[in-house]
Amino acid sequence: MNTAVATDTIDTSFIPRDPVKDSAQEAFHKLTETVGTPTVENAKMRSRDVNVFYGEKQAIFDVNLDIGNNEVVAMIGPSGCGKSTFLRCLNRMNDTIPSCRVTGDLSLDGEDLYGADLDPVLLRARVGMVFQKPNPFAKSIYDNVAYGPRIHGLSSNRAELDDIVVDSLRKAGLYDEVKDRLDAPGTSLSGGQQQRLCIARSIAVSPEVILMDEPCSALDPIATARIEELIDELRQNYAIAIVTHSMQQAARVSQRTAYFHLGKLVEVNATNDVFTNPQHELTENYITGRFG
Amino acid sequence: MSDTTTKVRASLKKRYAAEKRFRLYGVTAIAASIGFLFILLFSIVGKGLPAFKSTFVKLDVQLDSATLGISDEPTEAELRAANFGGLIKQTMRDRFPEVSSRGDKKALYQLLSTGAEYELYDKVKADRELLDSTISLWLPADDELSALIKSDADLSNPDSIVTRMSDKQIAWAKSLKDAGQLEVRFNRTFFTNGDSREPELAGIRAALMGSAFTLLITFALSFPIAVAAAIYLEEFAPQNRWTDIVEVNINNLAAVPSIVFGLLGLAVFINFFHLPRSAPVVGGIVLSLMTLPTIIISSRAALKAVPPSIREAARGLGASPLQVVTHHVLPLAMPGILTGTIIGLAQALGETAPLLMIGMVAFIVDIPASVTDAATVLPVQVFLWADSPERAFVEKTSAAIMVLLVFLVVMNALAVFLRKKFERRW
Repeated sequence: MNTAVATDTIDTSFIPRDPVKDSAQEAFHKLTETVGTPTVENAKMRSRDVNVFYGEKQAIFDVNLDIGNNEVVAMIGPSGCGKSTFLRCLNRMNDTIPSCRVTGDLSLDGEDLYGADLDPVLLRARVGMVFQKPNPFAKSIYDNVAYGPRIHGLSSNRAELDDIVVDSLRKAGLYDEVKDRLDAPGTSLSGGQQQRLCIARSIAVSPEVILMDEPCSALDPIATARIEELIDELRQNYAIAIVTHSMQQAARVSQRTAYFHLGKLVEVNATNDVFTNPQHELTENYITGRFG
Repeated sequence: MSDTTTKVRASLKKRYAAEKRFRLYGVTAIAASIGFLFILLFSIVGKGLPAFKSTFVKLDVQLDSATLGISDEPTEAELRAANFGGLIKQTMRDRFPEVSSRGDKKALYQLLSTGAEYELYDKVKADRELLDSTISLWLPADDELSALIKSDADLSNPDSIVTRMSDKQIAWAKSLKDAGQLEVRFNRTFFTNGDSREPELAGIRAALMGSAFTLLITFALSFPIAVAAAIYLEEFAPQNRWTDIVEVNINNLAAVPSIVFGLLGLAVFINFFHLPRSAPVVGGIVLSLMTLPTIIISSRAALKAVPPSIREAARGLGASPLQVVTHHVLPLAMPGILTGTIIGLAQALGETAPLLMIGMVAFIVDIPASVTDAATVLPVQVFLWADSPERAFVEKTSAAIMVLLVFLVVMNALAVFLRKKFERRW
């Protein structure tokens, strides 16, 4: 595991010369194995030796990371560290980028994500995704939530569909705000409401895992607090992986935190440990604000 | 005062002057284009309006079987061969008994349109009871007389009138007018007839139907093909050398002179596939070839303008690539696609050159009833009439242009309506 990584292909020259950072750079070059415990028992999603290339450029280096049931795994790290790229491998959203190539083993409940048995359409029904910018469809609130169940044929009649929609909106904590105007366009909601609508839309398909790519970066603190509350509630039923730029957010919502740096997974540990007692120098630099 | 403040202050005046100048250019450009548009419309409407009216002469026609040369119980064939022309001449002679010389008589007959006898025939054919009775009938006047009456000229002073009519003819016209036997009415013939050598009988119907059929074929062929091509190229096709070549060629096709498409239509569809000549079906195919690149290019632009986040959202929910397109991308791109389609179709509606090559430049009297009938189109009709020597065709030409413009406006209004209907915010 984690041998002979071609670190010399990464341009680190932009990092300014300064004693702390010099030592960080040295530490990065020495890094061959993830610090902490990237694996868990009975993992929902498993990734082993995952490498991602964009054409010639390698974006992810030998990442091993598990996402367990009923836990929130936060992925933090400076911009361009590959955390979003890694997240998008988990439901094969990178497929549409022609130059993107993924190697290594990724599995959901032991099924190979890139295997012949697991169609990407089916995979995305089982692994839902919430994006950085709220992106409701140009349809009514009802139709936004009902879209997934409709295309997958999850309900046999209108009453069942109504139940799914109301239930999903309730779980997303949006129902009370929109129950009188389910026919209004999804785009008429405020930013925070739109993001909760997108969460409702993805849980309407009853996925097993939810991936969130900086879900609160376009929201104000109040809307962010609501989404964070919601993430904590959703943890009871789903496995969640969240990419975030806010360390406070990672600390608040996650059980485990993974720190990425320039395409490598530097450290994974219980969130509490990562923020109070980081094992790796790079992690420490990042969370103390000296870096990144 | 700091250095920046002084420098900014010094340059402010210049910057605002530049802005003011630029605005002035813009206003001038818009004023100029509005001016030209008004000149164009004014000249066309001014010239074309009289064509929507025509003059009728009231005559008391005695439907005498003997003069018509038919029996008391005429058969169809007998009626068709009946001498209605002679009867009308007789009626005119009765109205002006003082006319005696051969030349004068001929001049007298010229006051009426040659179409008058057909009108009389239609009337009798519809109701045989009219035979051997005297009926009062409004018959179409000749184009020269019609123009004279419509111009409201002073008939008592023939020297002041610019016309090809003789002084005698003007005097007869005055006599008819004073007796209340001349009337200017709405020109229904213009909308019900096909083309004719006689301006007062020439109508726009054949060209209008030809244009409608041709555009129908053009739309039915180019819209689905172009949209499918655009969707494939934009959403599904891999980015490689082949798609690059296709793309470049589509762009080139949009710049090919339209007459080349006409040559292609002649060579392929008429000479090789033996499709009927002068028919809207061939015209439609040729014009769709011409319209395709326009619609493909604008449809691709419309598809490209749909935010990628919508595609990601749908894909993230497990929509298949085709569902992503049909459920989300296409509805959002529809307004743009429709705009491109209407631009393409408007271009096709106004196109003459390729149609000349496939024989749609013919003199069409019969109204086409299907896409395989010989037909002509509005712009070709304009071209044909503009080429005709009779003065009355000048107003017909302008009137045909007005009909063409109205056709275009109706088409655009439909497109705007559809666009409003499909338009959704995201």
